[in-house]
Amino acid sequence: MSLGKTEVEYISRLAAIAVQDGEVDEVAAKLSNILDLFAQMEAADTQGVEPMAHPLDQVQRLRRDVISETDQHEKLQSVAPATSEGLYLVPQVIE
Amino acid sequence: MSWEVVIGLEIHAQLTTNTKIFSGSSIAYGAQPNTQACSIDLGMPGMLPVLNEAVIGKSIRLALALNAEIGKKSVFERKNYFYPDLPKGYQTSQLQYPIVGKGTLEIEVDGVKKIIGVTRAHLEEDAGKSVHGILPGMSGIDLNRAGTPLLEIVSEPDMRSAKEAVAYARKMHELVQYLGICDGNMQEGSFRVDSNVSVRRPGAPLGTRTELKNINSFRFIEKAIEFEIARQIEVLESGGKIVQETRLYDADNDVTRSMRSKEEANDYRYFPCPDLLPVVITDEDIEAVRAQMPELPDAKRARYVAEFGLSDYDAGVLTGSRELAEYFEAVLAATGGKDAKVCANWIMSDLSGALNRAGLSISQSPISAQHLAGMIARIQDNTISGKLAKQVFDAMWSGEGSADDIIASKGLKQITDSGAIEALVEEVLANNPAQVEAYKAGQEKMLGYFVGQIMKASGGQANPGQVNQILKAKLGG
Repeated sequence: MSLGKTEVEYISRLAAIAVQDGEVDEVAAKLSNILDLFAQMEAADTQGVEPMAHPLDQVQRLRRDVISETDQHEKLQSVAPATSEGLYLVPQVIE
Repeated sequence: MSWEVVIGLEIHAQLTTNTKIFSGSSIAYGAQPNTQACSIDLGMPGMLPVLNEAVIGKSIRLALALNAEIGKKSVFERKNYFYPDLPKGYQTSQLQYPIVGKGTLEIEVDGVKKIIGVTRAHLEEDAGKSVHGILPGMSGIDLNRAGTPLLEIVSEPDMRSAKEAVAYARKMHELVQYLGICDGNMQEGSFRVDSNVSVRRPGAPLGTRTELKNINSFRFIEKAIEFEIARQIEVLESGGKIVQETRLYDADNDVTRSMRSKEEANDYRYFPCPDLLPVVITDEDIEAVRAQMPELPDAKRARYVAEFGLSDYDAGVLTGSRELAEYFEAVLAATGGKDAKVCANWIMSDLSGALNRAGLSISQSPISAQHLAGMIARIQDNTISGKLAKQVFDAMWSGEGSADDIIASKGLKQITDSGAIEALVEEVLANNPAQVEAYKAGQEKMLGYFVGQIMKASGGQANPGQVNQILKAKLGG
């Protein structure tokens, strides 16, 4: 299965990864290879096989509903590019 | 040719936990920005989410109330999209294996009952909030809400009018509060209703739908859907096409407006979250929750009619919220369980009226169930009349103590001594010879006049029943 320029551009936009024009062919080839592998796997008969949600054969352990975290926002915000009045700042988003 | 309206609702109910779905951060509303957002909520590298056990029991409660299938093995998936209020770049949600499966909810519109299908309810985390206008060209992000546990309850497209949609939303709103799984506060966003609306010719395949979001009152939800139905019909009848999109309701102008196109944003590339293992629910877990289930609104309503002899209407009002129903039952129990109608009337008229005027909810009532019951008991044993009780009620409302305290301090005890009442009757009749003549000449409405005068002379404290009886005897004689 081979991907074209349009699909690569679409996928890179969804993933928010910048793919330069000169890289498109190479990325398309790599992604196509991966999809070929999936195509091979699809040939296996999976009738009656329960889909696997996780490779570990265990169940989720649960946490008690008790507050255990304290306010660390000053420490956490020390690595943020920009903050103001306790808020993280990002380029303007308008809905 | 007519159009058929098709509506499905997605309701986000914020679960009443202490902490977030995957971290031990508080979810208390109104905290300073980012003071309740820990490194797990922020999606810092190396952090591992651990599921809050409280969300499991609450989900089972909803499943039992909706007669729904329970996902005995549910799986968390990542819903991938980029937005600044979503720090991880994905929302942890459920898709293929939700915790609550197919169920139903019965609604009633204009006396007609209808079963609405619930497709599923899945657990997910809320996103943060964007704050605008702090600095030019920048948005502020508050992640306190990020990771707050939500149950998204998805209905089948079974509703055929705005009224049905609102009836369903209200019923679900009442239910989640009864179950104690959501506080139902729409202003704070604890209960959010998104409506998917489309129209089609009867029998035709489903039309293209639009989604109405961010409407925080039932009245506006109904108006927004009404507007959207009319808009879609107009577009289609003038030869146009409906675009699948999210639309916002503008309450000031009563219109909906396009918000953003969903065409591309819809590719969420779900996949099972490798950080979380499947959640397993055992039969023992389910039975433990079942044993703790409160009586549900429909069952309560039916019991109020059958057991207490209340009307459908009274039963409906009193079961309108779990707190109100509990208040009523406390008053009824404290007055010996008889006179349900009397208890209902005091709660539904005087108390509810006063609470409405003061903008208070039943749980904030200045008059406790015990105090109201104490007053009703004094009516029942004839210490005070219904009229005097209003004075007692007002005094209790102002915090002047129990009914007995107020009756004693204000001297409101009813006069039931027939000798004393007889004296009052004689006095009033003697002072009003002309009216007595008029009554004897056939003007029976004079009776009311005499009763009024006698009650006034007694300072409102004469027993009205005895006054009537003695007055009639005197006049007849």
